[in-house]
Amino acid sequence: MYVELKNINKNYGDFQASKDVNFGIEKGRLVALLGPSGSGKTTILRMIAGLENPNSGEIIIDGKVVNNISPAERGIGFVFQNYALFRYMTVYQNIAFGLKLKKWDKQKIKERVNELLELTGLKGFEKRYPNQLSGGQRQRVAFARALAPNPSLLLLDEPFAAIDAKVRQELRTWLREMIYKVGITSIFVTHDQDEAVEVADQIIVTNQGRIEQIGSPLEIYKNPETPFVSEFIGQSTIITDYHKLRGFDKGDYEGAVIRPEFVEAFKIDNQRFKNVIDCSEEGEVIDILFRGNALELKINLNGVILTTHRSLERRSIKVGEKVRVIIYRLYAFDKEKAYLLENKELIEKDIDNSRLESYLYSKDGYFVV
Amino acid sequence: MNEAQKGGKVTKIVLITISVLFVLLMLVLPLISVLANSLKSGLSFYKEALSTVYVSSAFKVTILATVVAVLVNTFFGLVASWLLTKYTFKGKQVLATLIDIPFSISPVIAGLAFIMTFGRMGWAAPIIDSINEALGTDIKIVFALPGVCLATIFVTFPFVSRELIPVLNAQGKDEEEAAALMGAKGFTIFKKITFPHIKWALLYGIILCTARALGEFGAVNALSKTRGETFTLPLEIDALYLAGSADSITASFAVSSLLVIIAIIVLIFRNIFEHGSKEKEEQHKSAH
Amino acid sequence: MRKGKRVIPGFGLTFGITIAMLSILILIPLASVLVYAFRLSPKEFWETVTTPAVLYAFGTSILCSLIAAIINSVFGVILAWVLVRYNFPGKRILDGLIELPFALPTAVAGITLSKMYSTTGEIGEPLSKLGIRISYTHIGLTIALIFIGIPFVVRAIQPVLEKLDSQYEEASFILGGNRRQTFFKVILPELRPSLITGFGLAFARGIGEYGSVIYISGNSQKEHTQVVSYVIMQKLNYMDYSGATSIALILLIVSFLLLLLINIVQVKQSRRTNNV
Repeated sequence: MYVELKNINKNYGDFQASKDVNFGIEKGRLVALLGPSGSGKTTILRMIAGLENPNSGEIIIDGKVVNNISPAERGIGFVFQNYALFRYMTVYQNIAFGLKLKKWDKQKIKERVNELLELTGLKGFEKRYPNQLSGGQRQRVAFARALAPNPSLLLLDEPFAAIDAKVRQELRTWLREMIYKVGITSIFVTHDQDEAVEVADQIIVTNQGRIEQIGSPLEIYKNPETPFVSEFIGQSTIITDYHKLRGFDKGDYEGAVIRPEFVEAFKIDNQRFKNVIDCSEEGEVIDILFRGNALELKINLNGVILTTHRSLERRSIKVGEKVRVIIYRLYAFDKEKAYLLENKELIEKDIDNSRLESYLYSKDGYFVV
Repeated sequence: MNEAQKGGKVTKIVLITISVLFVLLMLVLPLISVLANSLKSGLSFYKEALSTVYVSSAFKVTILATVVAVLVNTFFGLVASWLLTKYTFKGKQVLATLIDIPFSISPVIAGLAFIMTFGRMGWAAPIIDSINEALGTDIKIVFALPGVCLATIFVTFPFVSRELIPVLNAQGKDEEEAAALMGAKGFTIFKKITFPHIKWALLYGIILCTARALGEFGAVNALSKTRGETFTLPLEIDALYLAGSADSITASFAVSSLLVIIAIIVLIFRNIFEHGSKEKEEQHKSAH
Repeated sequence: MRKGKRVIPGFGLTFGITIAMLSILILIPLASVLVYAFRLSPKEFWETVTTPAVLYAFGTSILCSLIAAIINSVFGVILAWVLVRYNFPGKRILDGLIELPFALPTAVAGITLSKMYSTTGEIGEPLSKLGIRISYTHIGLTIALIFIGIPFVVRAIQPVLEKLDSQYEEASFILGGNRRQTFFKVILPELRPSLITGFGLAFARGIGEYGSVIYISGNSQKEHTQVVSYVIMQKLNYMDYSGATSIALILLIVSFLLLLLINIVQVKQSRRTNNV
């Protein structure tokens, strides 16, 4: 493990920001700390950086306990949420600042700064001040400034929060590529699951100061271990009377989470579903929202309101129309854990529903039928 | 133009007129009055009034007290505003309130406070005495120049910090944290990162502090009793005015005119600085 | 635990310097006053502060400051409004002049106002022909306090008014509020905390004011135009330290209470605006 947190606790007065946090990160990973605001993710990042100190527990970087080592000596680069660019320094001076403090000689500083300007595509902007740059360019400067002294660990606090939605998409790809190019172990904080899934190769989900789950984006998505994760990841609907749904028995659970992609709704004459039609039940379309690349349907199924997506390529549908509905699976949860429940009728029928799905889903997760 | 807009225009004219009249009557007229009174007996009298031994002594004392107060309070202002804006700690709000005390208490009490500390009755008097005995010196605080300086420091104490704190608060501490993270030492951070943000506010704070120090009256009045030795310009003005003869009153206004001119210069500077800092702020705000 | 728990270096140093300077220059001298005051016997203390002269001085200081602060609140709102909302030639000069009482030495203001409003002064002379005396009366005293207090109110309100979105008023107009309703129901409540702050500062300053009022007030014990600061100074001149200290203690308590009130208002204000 390159970075390790052991039994970390952190309080701010009465508020416990971190509760017994434990995790390790391997060298070269790009890790997202994902959670809602106030979940303690930024505190964890700041403790790794040394901007905050844990009340108890150990932080280990590269085999060394760093609790008593000042932030400047931990060999980290930090990209602040609002970038914290030095407003009275040019781009060049911003990037060179850390190197000057390390007393590099002038020629070497110049070479290093130019190298980073090249890498981040900021050539030609070195004489500008931060306020003369766009949001995306500022992020690049912050990134270059953090990388300049060759840190072995890069920490980024909500790196995309200050950027317009449109540019954000582009920058995610850019940042991911850049980090792989440099090959630096990186941890970033985000509250946006899309961002975490898209950029990171490992996700740490935090909630109320605790670590909920650690895993690859796919694992987190497919096998949420806790009620919180099952609800937080994906576009989830929480229901309590899940046992009313066909194919599911009442268990010792508090409720269940259903994602849109677990719900199939089709017109009664749809030929593709004719061998499963007797596993379906009737629901009514009560609302239709246009989501740009698909429709979002709200369906009333025996009093349970479910959400599903419908490809724009499929036949048109109206509010009030009766449809047949099948639920493939859902995540039932008790107080502590989440459990994947498959539709038992589909299992009994021995229908390999993963194959059924393969033609129901396109690569980006939407229906193609 | 509809009815409402017409009404708006009338209101606007009425309000502007009220404002201008108020300022003219309450603020500008006194200003003109000082200058008019000071020149009542002609230019040569004016010059004469300004060149007495008393006035030149008072001028020197005023400058001394002002320089000391501005130096002390600028240093304090920088340190305290940094402390109050860059760190979180218990009792911060209380500390900020304590620093503002001199704003809201009577300057006469400030004078009294130093008398009760260093005067004959004061608990610190024996300490001063023993220092004098040991060193063979004759340091006096109350009714002497150190007392005048202390009183001036007291009444202008929060001026610089008060100008700096809002600016530093608005700036936040991200930049300083980033610099610290890169290994910058405290003084480097202050010089390279913080100082450029507060230049204008600092300058303005110093100017305000200077103006108030030059004009301090009540506190110094309690601590200074010797005309021609420890009197400052405001005390000299007071002495001349209370002497009561027409000539001495005119002389008193002549000395006042010096301070009025300084006040006007301060106001002009203030106007320039405020505009300078506002523009700068807007330029750099977008970078945050 | 790492020493120097804070990220930005220099906490210990700046904390030490701040506390040391604050203590030596402000708190210890003030504490000396308190210590001395508490050494007085309650009887001595009580007798000093309840002599008619002292009571009248407090009455005069508080009443005149209160009236001046109220007048300043009215004109302060108008001035702030005019300076923020309207554009007109000379606005910058007007804005600059507001600060004049901060920059002008109090003694200079004092003698000038006293002269201006005396029976031989620019304003006093015509008024005296009408039988109105201003200098050496409570009216003169109040005028001096208006002069001293006006920037406190204007400068407290101005920034708040600047931040107040004009959409706010537009919303009220669209909902059918007329100009007066909009001002009194929408804008004034928004300004209330800053108005109270400005009022409190002007009031506090007025109660302790010395230089600008002692000339115009005439300091007559008979006509009750002595202010508290003047009485303290008088006692100091007569070396009556216990008398001076007793009165100062009461004045300190009044100032402290006002300061506390202003602080509470400010804290509440920031809490409110933070929640929006």
